[in-house]
Amino acid sequence: MTAVTADAHKAPQAYEAVFDAAVAADERIEPRDWMPEAYRATLVRQIAQHAHSEIIGMQPEANWITRAPSLRRKAILMAKVQDEAGHGLYLYSAAETLGASRDELLDKLHSGRQKYSSIFNYPTLTWADVGAIGWLVDGAAITNQVPLCRCSYGPYARAMIRVCKEESFHQRQGYESLLALSRGTPEQHAMAQDAVDRWWWPSLMMFGPPDDESAHSAQSMAWKIKRHSNDELRQRFVDICVPQAKALGLTLPDPDLKWNEERGQHDFGAIDWSEFREVLKGNGPCNEQRITQRRRAHEDGAWVRQAAAAYAAKHREATG
Amino acid sequence: MTTDPATASTTSPEGLATAAALALGDDALVLSHRLAEWAGHAPELEEEVALANIALDLLGQARVLLSLVGDEDELAYLREERAFRNAQLTEQPGGDFAATIVRQLYFSTYQRLLYGRIAAAAGEGTGDGGLGGLAAKAVKEVAYHQDHAEQWTLRLGDGTEESHRRTQAAVDALWRFTGELFQPLPGLDGVDWAELEADWLSSVTAVLDRATLTVPDGPRTGAWRAGAGRQGLHTESFGRMLAEMQHLHRSHPGATW
Repeated sequence: MTAVTADAHKAPQAYEAVFDAAVAADERIEPRDWMPEAYRATLVRQIAQHAHSEIIGMQPEANWITRAPSLRRKAILMAKVQDEAGHGLYLYSAAETLGASRDELLDKLHSGRQKYSSIFNYPTLTWADVGAIGWLVDGAAITNQVPLCRCSYGPYARAMIRVCKEESFHQRQGYESLLALSRGTPEQHAMAQDAVDRWWWPSLMMFGPPDDESAHSAQSMAWKIKRHSNDELRQRFVDICVPQAKALGLTLPDPDLKWNEERGQHDFGAIDWSEFREVLKGNGPCNEQRITQRRRAHEDGAWVRQAAAAYAAKHREATG
Repeated sequence: MTTDPATASTTSPEGLATAAALALGDDALVLSHRLAEWAGHAPELEEEVALANIALDLLGQARVLLSLVGDEDELAYLREERAFRNAQLTEQPGGDFAATIVRQLYFSTYQRLLYGRIAAAAGEGTGDGGLGGLAAKAVKEVAYHQDHAEQWTLRLGDGTEESHRRTQAAVDALWRFTGELFQPLPGLDGVDWAELEADWLSSVTAVLDRATLTVPDGPRTGAWRAGAGRQGLHTESFGRMLAEMQHLHRSHPGATW
């Protein structure tokens, strides 16, 4: 639906008032609608970073495709990595409805001017990491993304509905893979526990800085891009994971984690925000490797894209 | 593993079908693995999706075919290279995108023509243990793979000077691995292999012509006699590929995943 169609006869304040009213009424903003420049810029940044995360996020998992220990697990992992490329494509399309171009956004990723999720700067050191990523990282992503299905910007909300359906499937598969390890041989169980120990805290960091340090939160919530604060979503995730870890037969690496009867929620230990800031600054374990691989794939593929463009141009001319 | 299917008797009808299923299953398994090596390295996102999609189709085919022979994981992870029956073409390392596309053009053209014939024979009631059903399903997937390879061969061959040069190099380099595809597989008696080879040549030639590429005039066999991969004689990179593929599974004997 068109909530606010640009009309040359109206004054800017009138557009703003119609936009505000549309957001307040939980209507969707669509690409042709008038929107504040800052709303557009925030969405381009957020959607692009989300798309970049899907693309960079292929790397840690693809790292294990050629070593997957059974053909069934290999097929599942290949399907998942393929879905991630597809999610990247949906999200770049959503960003393009705001006037950005995929090429320009990829260029910003490659030159480090736009970020991707900090979680993908951690290495996948064992097969169990693939399961831990499915359970914890996809789990955190879903907790973040489900509210985005109601985001005020229509194309983003619709992309999230499709993404969340596929992500939920992957998350169940990741959980099931960890369960198989946990119930397997002592070596497999130890491998699963080690993976959870390494991925737990980075997964909690996926929700972003604490509410009192989150620069964009208030405005994003006012615009209904965000529906819940970082800390609310993080708490929700912890409360979901605790019983799941128990069912898995694995522990979470937090001695301060315990049920708080009064709050009806779990208390949990302090996050090492200095590590988070270092990873964001580019000093995580794999930042350099991830971006180098992405740049190299893009540069190595340049001749292929040029060939496709040259062929298309020739055959456009040929057919008239 | 009690019996090694690679060396099992091929004199009984089941043995014959098993030998063919193993060869075709190994083709699909090994090529799927090579394609999967592209994940995260493709020239554009659409190709990340396409190459993974083809790899996944082939892995699905491999799982069905190997399950006709025995336990899919034992067969994939516990055989050494001399027991694999895949054609050498499928194990060739990815190289650049042109090499991947040409390998795919050669192989999926073969696969579509062969599976079409197996499916047709099964439809007429002369098919073989379980292969017919797989072929009937897979031929649809393989038609997509062939189309993808053909479209890219055209773009690369008739694209820029550089893409033409790279693609011609791949066409030439892989040509000598194509002869062994037409060595008759035991158990597939309904297949006229000479006719299959002629159809393959005319299909591939037509695509290369349209792509402004030159059909190589070199032999379609290399230092090895045609049929080497089918006898378990592989190229050197294959052992390394298997080492990577099998390492984790072999490190945990008897584990389930």
